[in-house]
Amino acid sequence: MNPFQFTRVTTPKAAISAITKERGTYFLAGGTNLIDLMKREVIIPERLVDINKLPLATIEKTATGLRIGATAKNSTVADNELVKKHFPLLSQALNAGASAQLRNMATVGGNMMQRTRCPYFYDTSMPCNKRSPVQAGVDKGQANGPSGCGAIGGHNRMHAIFGASGKCIAVHPSDMCIALVALDATVNVSGPKGDRTIPFIDFHRLPGDLPQKDNTLQPGELIMWVDLPTNRFADNSHYLKVRDRASYAFALVSVGVGLDIKRNTIQDVRLAMGGVAHKPWRLTAAEEFLKGKPATEANFKQAAALAMQGAKGYGENDFKLTLAPNTIVNALKTATKTA
Amino acid sequence: MTTNTKNPPIDRIDGRMKVTGGAQYFADFELPNTAYCVIVGSEIAKGTIAGLDTKKAQGAPGVLGVFTHQNMPPIPGWDAPVGGEADGPPPRPKGEQYRILSSPKIHFDGQPIAIVVADSFERATYAASLVKATYTKQTARTDLRKHVSDGVAPRGEDGGNYSRGQADGYKTAPVTLEANYTVPIEVHNPMELHGILAHWTGASTLMIYAKTQGVNATQQAMAEAFKIDPKNIHVHTEFMGGGFGMGLRTWPQETAVVAIARKIGRPLKLVVNRSQMFTLVGHRPYTVQTINMGADQTGKLIGIAHAATAETASYEDFTEATVNMTKFLYACPNVSTRYRIVRLDRSVPIWMRGPGEATGAFALESAMDEMAHKLNLDPIEFRLRNYTETDPERNRPYSSKYLKEAYQRGAEAIGWNNRKLQPGSTREGDWLVGYGMSTGTFNAFRWEASARALLKADGSLTIQSAVTDIGPGTGTALTMIAHNVLGVPMNRIKVEYGDTSLPKAPTQGGSAIVSAVGSAVFDACTSVKNELIELALKAGGPLAGRQANELTMADGTLSVEREPGKKVAVSDLMQANKLTVIDKTKDSKGGPEHAKYSMYSFSVHFVQVRVNPLTGVVRVSKAVSVADSGRIVSPKTAASQMIGGVAGGIGMALTEEAVIDHRFGRFVNNNLGDYHVAVYADVPAIETIMIDKPDPIINPMGAKGMGEIALIGFAAAVANAVFNATGQRVRDLPITPDKLLRAV
Repeated sequence: MNPFQFTRVTTPKAAISAITKERGTYFLAGGTNLIDLMKREVIIPERLVDINKLPLATIEKTATGLRIGATAKNSTVADNELVKKHFPLLSQALNAGASAQLRNMATVGGNMMQRTRCPYFYDTSMPCNKRSPVQAGVDKGQANGPSGCGAIGGHNRMHAIFGASGKCIAVHPSDMCIALVALDATVNVSGPKGDRTIPFIDFHRLPGDLPQKDNTLQPGELIMWVDLPTNRFADNSHYLKVRDRASYAFALVSVGVGLDIKRNTIQDVRLAMGGVAHKPWRLTAAEEFLKGKPATEANFKQAAALAMQGAKGYGENDFKLTLAPNTIVNALKTATKTA
Repeated sequence: MTTNTKNPPIDRIDGRMKVTGGAQYFADFELPNTAYCVIVGSEIAKGTIAGLDTKKAQGAPGVLGVFTHQNMPPIPGWDAPVGGEADGPPPRPKGEQYRILSSPKIHFDGQPIAIVVADSFERATYAASLVKATYTKQTARTDLRKHVSDGVAPRGEDGGNYSRGQADGYKTAPVTLEANYTVPIEVHNPMELHGILAHWTGASTLMIYAKTQGVNATQQAMAEAFKIDPKNIHVHTEFMGGGFGMGLRTWPQETAVVAIARKIGRPLKLVVNRSQMFTLVGHRPYTVQTINMGADQTGKLIGIAHAATAETASYEDFTEATVNMTKFLYACPNVSTRYRIVRLDRSVPIWMRGPGEATGAFALESAMDEMAHKLNLDPIEFRLRNYTETDPERNRPYSSKYLKEAYQRGAEAIGWNNRKLQPGSTREGDWLVGYGMSTGTFNAFRWEASARALLKADGSLTIQSAVTDIGPGTGTALTMIAHNVLGVPMNRIKVEYGDTSLPKAPTQGGSAIVSAVGSAVFDACTSVKNELIELALKAGGPLAGRQANELTMADGTLSVEREPGKKVAVSDLMQANKLTVIDKTKDSKGGPEHAKYSMYSFSVHFVQVRVNPLTGVVRVSKAVSVADSGRIVSPKTAASQMIGGVAGGIGMALTEEAVIDHRFGRFVNNNLGDYHVAVYADVPAIETIMIDKPDPIINPMGAKGMGEIALIGFAAAVANAVFNATGQRVRDLPITPDKLLRAV
């Protein structure tokens, strides 16, 4: 690991000022991903700004729903009574992620900021456009190793079937974010140019020609909290994660679903999928199809087929073209308790 | 001691020490003035180093030296002719031997190209990142599947072929099957990382703390490498944080560390990183197998042909007994086996728990299940119809075999009668339920070993042997054996092990240690007991006039069985004879009668699985493993060992696979996040059953090993259960969800 400077801040203002001042500065929260990236020399920070002491670890009721601070630990959020009662999907998704030890360290903001687990991104001797973008001088700290996409034509069993580009087919690895995008969360950020609110669905981005950019944060911006609007999905929520082992593995495919059902008719529904795209993948077409329809397996299958439009495999991950619709149907059946 | 009595379950003697941090592992040892080193690995799999820039690293803070092929201190033993090197078993292919940091040639990805030494681990790590190499690349061959036809017979092993009966006799059978099976690269991945701490205490005296499964083997290897007397090399490895085979040899980087420690004149410590565990300390070799099997309509085997092809390195031949169990497990008149290796641009494999037999059992025991299905027979019934009481390979009796009883007891415990003959016919909600079973077997060895017993007048007993405890509970088993011979209460027995200053012992491996070292402890304790009896019976002694066979020994007292009250305390007896200690060392090995028998341990694994046909997820919901491994010396640690083997078996069956991108010859999942060992959530409650009947031949305890049989066959039991659940046969491990998916 390379030598770096370390400072600790206690106010958001100081944090923003610290990261704006010098290039090569990164926020450090739980460190569950950043430290790995530093060990592998994928990211070589000049300076770390420890934000664990910021007053952003609270979970509180608001007029419109629930506000979860950026430095709240994943395990704290998952075990919070308000979250469990009103947003069980979020609790389930959090508990499906990583291991208990990691969840005890990882924060909400850090979870959103984690990088892909594509192996080519982590091995600086292998090609990766996300780690080593073609454009010169985009971010010197990232220009590390050859560019190109190792996963295209390589091992891509874990990779995207939606929204990928010729530059990058990596997926966003988070479980928590699948729940947040399904639950219409918004993200409040603060930066040198002031505060702003970003709809969760716009927080992460597709790779396009700039795979090095995972999200739409502007330089110097700090995630302050996430707001969840009140919903009627608590009774019919389910997070289904299919993975290679029962714990501590990233999703092959995951589905987060919440439904509002009255008299066996779907009044409203939210569906999102993980392990399939460079960002949490919201299934809007399937949602639209299901609204107003009875909760039946036949309808779930049609919705799944709609959700899969435009999907594309890259070889090893072709199985996701079967697994994804199956998982959507399974998750919907479980959430609606349909036999 | 009598082999007629079952042993009571006792707690692991070192358990408290291990969970409270009292047990010292090699990397825990700190010596004054220690320097630390970090290995820089090659980023190509084949070629030559064109340029190596070490200037920046040399100038980095705290750096004491950067060693490459250009300035590596000489290792005198490496001048020895090919076939006799210190760091590996002979023979090796001529002209391709790998000697660490001796040439710019690259034989495998991750091959050390520099060792950076600094005054702290962190500084060595940073400096190592500053070493930059350029290469002249050559096309690397790393994919076994593409090069199976390049398989060659291993040198000096019967040309890799075995045959009895009619050649290809299976072809004459009315029912035949041919099936291909793949076992991928698996990596031992113990929690503790590999490494060594080397300290030259004088010009030619050496102290070593290493992650080795055998201190005597490390001592011998270093003696040969540095041409010094083994007596001047002290190796200490009392505990190991998991070995599973990766510590069965001295690896080249260990030798390099010793050489560099001598050069810099300071103790030097190496602890590799996790990704280096995939390239520097061996792995289970990628192996492809074909089984041809023929049987008649009554379920009698007519013939089996078993062919295996496994990867090895370009610079060294590694072989294992992949096809061996096919030769003797079933009564079958026509059997042939063929074993080939393919030399690839990969680092050399090494035995991994169960070793080749686990790979072979996956193929043979899957094929047995496939044939049973073809014959519409229960898989246990099919095995019973081909049961053999004598070894058909060597035409001699087994020393003991209770495999039939193992089938029966395991079947009862798993609820085998719930199994439907027709696959895919049991459903619980969204899940398909299936049952599978398989057989495992492994040689029961009795290697030569020594042990020392010291009985003090205060009634305490010390047992000594150089053997390393890699985790199975060796010390606990030795305590039990000593207790059974001398009757000394277990809390008065101390076992000292894992150090070359103690009586010589074999490397911990091959499921052989209770048999080998246990016998030596038995003999040493028996020798102590005989001396006590002699003192008691001699003229003027307290029990004079009685016969030795009338005496029993328990709780520190010798007594005459038929005369209540006629007894003498051992401490009184020793004091009366002015003895403060009785000290006996014994060498022990099997007698010539061993040649008349085939000695094997057997296991049967039963599993119940649940398979979700929509997601392809397989859950092992129940597991029962039965061991027929003679008298169980320490029931509690034996059960633990069996449970550990099953957990490893679940990994082998469902999750473990080290994946290479053959375009680069590099692993893409060389970390514990992406290389999936089974976690707790994957492992159900495991029921272990011990047949616990003594083997009358192998050793005085009647005990056979069980480390390997705990794993051997388990993966086949899972694959067979998956077939029973779904009707889908997976022949390529691991059985991941993508292999079982069905469209909605």
